[in-house]
Amino acid sequence: MRPIATTRSASGMPTGLLAVWWVVASEIVIFGGLLASYLMYRLSHDSWSEQAANTNTAIGATNTFVLLTSSFLAVSAHAAAEKGDGKKAARYLWYTIGGAATFVAIKSYEWYTEISHGFTITSNTFWSFYYTAAGIHALHVIAGAFIMAIVAREAAKGLELHRVELIGIYWHFVDIVWIFLFPLLYIAK
Amino acid sequence: MAESIPHEVDPAHGDHHHEDQGFVSKYLLSTDHKIIAMQYMFTGMLMAVIGGFMSYVFRMQLAFPGESVPLWGIVTPANYNALITNHGTIMIFWVAMPVLIAAFGNYLIPLMVGADDMVFPKLNRLSYQIFLISALVLLSSYLVEGGGFGGAWTSYPPLSAKSQYNLTPAGASLWLLAVALEFVAFLLGGINFITTAMNSRAPGMKLYDIPMVIWMIVIASILFMVSVGPLIAGAIMLFFDQTIGTAFFDPNRGGDPILWQHLFWFFGHPEVYVVLLPAVGITAEIITVFARKKLFAYKTVLHTAVGTGVLSFTVWAHHQFIAGIDPRMAHIFTLTTLLISIPIAEMMFVYIATLYGGSIRLATPMLWALAFIGEFLIGGVTGIFLGASGADVYFHDTYFVLAHFHYTFYPIAIIGTFAGVSYWFPKMFGRMMNETLGKIHFWGSIISFNFIFIPLFVLGTAGQHRRIFDFQNFPALATPELQQLRILATMSLVVMLGFQFVWVYNFINSMFRGPKAGKNPWKANTLEWSADSPPPHGNWPELPTVYRPPYEYSHPDREEDYWPQHLPN
Repeated sequence: MRPIATTRSASGMPTGLLAVWWVVASEIVIFGGLLASYLMYRLSHDSWSEQAANTNTAIGATNTFVLLTSSFLAVSAHAAAEKGDGKKAARYLWYTIGGAATFVAIKSYEWYTEISHGFTITSNTFWSFYYTAAGIHALHVIAGAFIMAIVAREAAKGLELHRVELIGIYWHFVDIVWIFLFPLLYIAK
Repeated sequence: MAESIPHEVDPAHGDHHHEDQGFVSKYLLSTDHKIIAMQYMFTGMLMAVIGGFMSYVFRMQLAFPGESVPLWGIVTPANYNALITNHGTIMIFWVAMPVLIAAFGNYLIPLMVGADDMVFPKLNRLSYQIFLISALVLLSSYLVEGGGFGGAWTSYPPLSAKSQYNLTPAGASLWLLAVALEFVAFLLGGINFITTAMNSRAPGMKLYDIPMVIWMIVIASILFMVSVGPLIAGAIMLFFDQTIGTAFFDPNRGGDPILWQHLFWFFGHPEVYVVLLPAVGITAEIITVFARKKLFAYKTVLHTAVGTGVLSFTVWAHHQFIAGIDPRMAHIFTLTTLLISIPIAEMMFVYIATLYGGSIRLATPMLWALAFIGEFLIGGVTGIFLGASGADVYFHDTYFVLAHFHYTFYPIAIIGTFAGVSYWFPKMFGRMMNETLGKIHFWGSIISFNFIFIPLFVLGTAGQHRRIFDFQNFPALATPELQQLRILATMSLVVMLGFQFVWVYNFINSMFRGPKAGKNPWKANTLEWSADSPPPHGNWPELPTVYRPPYEYSHPDREEDYWPQHLPN
């Protein structure tokens, strides 16, 4: 049972869409604070470039490609949902979840290799930031995939198709965060 | 934008409140915004009792050092540190925030914009449940080994990061966890508040028809949302420093403890305005009703509040003037801090202009609202001394600072709350509070409040430093004259706490035995007064439409001196 309040749209924007944008706004400042702290430290510690040289740019680039592809699949899901094709939308959402799973699997392999080479979260403040920032991001990937699974199950039955767009917006946000993390943690040496 | 579906009646919704619900589903698991508001309010008040009791214990220690405190016993230095830390934390995060933002926001937003509930009722319930867990986590820190966290409510590293300094290994992490959970609860609540106010307004309610208190709660929610992110990141970093041994804030291993101060105060200063603005909004509602006058310069107040919000992001480093920041930076932050007093002063003048020429009735809510203006003024003016880096170097961390921010937070969290509760009590419970008891409680609380903190201003200017367990160790501060002032402050606190029993009695007694209030006992204009008292689930049988701005009191074209928003003419 949904209150009448939820169905109103005095701002002209559907309620769910408005709320997702506010969620994104609140997340931007969380990552913004973390990355601003990282940048301040990075600028005053030249020695961090030696540590950063140990990150695996090829793996990072692969994961960037995986996430960008999954975002494209999320857009395809949205396009299908716009046409009212819930089944097709759900299928694309599951492909997107596949992208998320690939990302997490590659990330796990990468971390496993790094930790076994002795680069742990307590090695140095660069690595503390590396694991903290990428870890919080990975949690967002996992949480997003779970929510997407719920949306996909409903969409397959043709229900709540507007939510396909909402989870898509969130997914693009998670993607964009990675677009910031990748150069800062991998490329800047 | 025009309303798409006016006056919808959902059949499943209409008969919902006829169901005979059990106590648990009606009061504990409800998704009704009014019940959730009550949950927030009563939890906040319970926490206020705990926080108030803590202040009683440590004030007794300061007045009568080393003596056994009734209801507590001997206060050890570790007790003292944990008590002052948790007093501050509780009063800001578990009293001011839940009561002023969450309780009033939940209760008032749907009722004042003419909606049947929040846009996301289940999210709203989840927000309260997380908040309740956060309160339990905080209180549980008193039961673990080492006791509650004692590193002050600002939790500066390295004291907060290393257990060999703070001696509360579990307490420090539980404190941080509780604060982080509380932030999650208010982020969820805030998204609900902002979205409801933006989208669910009644047909006809344009932006400038929104009552001021709703604007203020929404602006406060946005400020909270935008400022808290960096501190969430900081809290994760500090938590890792505490538990797995990272060195984000450890200078010996490449970290920087000042970073925490930036992250904390980037949130911490806007937070002052997060709790201030709802109290300012409550005051606006009350003074217009009890002066029977239109709010002077509605748009100015609104724009001023937005301006305050923007400026509040540029002042944080005035907390760090002696933390080793560049003196050139200190000049910039002095300038922004002094600038922010301008919009606040403007609000004060606007309120005084609203009162001017009104037919003022000094009912209890009005007394509280006027006291808010007067007492907050003292808090604001003493802030100028601290915002100027030249003076702050001497005042920093003295009782002058402590007295200053209690002159801001007491008016906000205590006076603002009593103003709001006494004003909306008839709507919440359908009955009137007793005016005589209300006035006894008001004068008792206000007079004793000033006698607590004026002595502390004097002690601060005499050089008394904060966070000292026993001043007998400092000969210059252990003089009988200064001790007399400490005893005066403590005794006034005991008197003030004693007067709260009058209020509790009045509250409970009026809830069950007060005279029936009817729909609109104060003859007010805003939409909540057109609903039944207390409003049923869904608030109105048919949702209202809005025809005019909220403060049309004493309109020349109308016989009655008020003109409710929902009446066509």
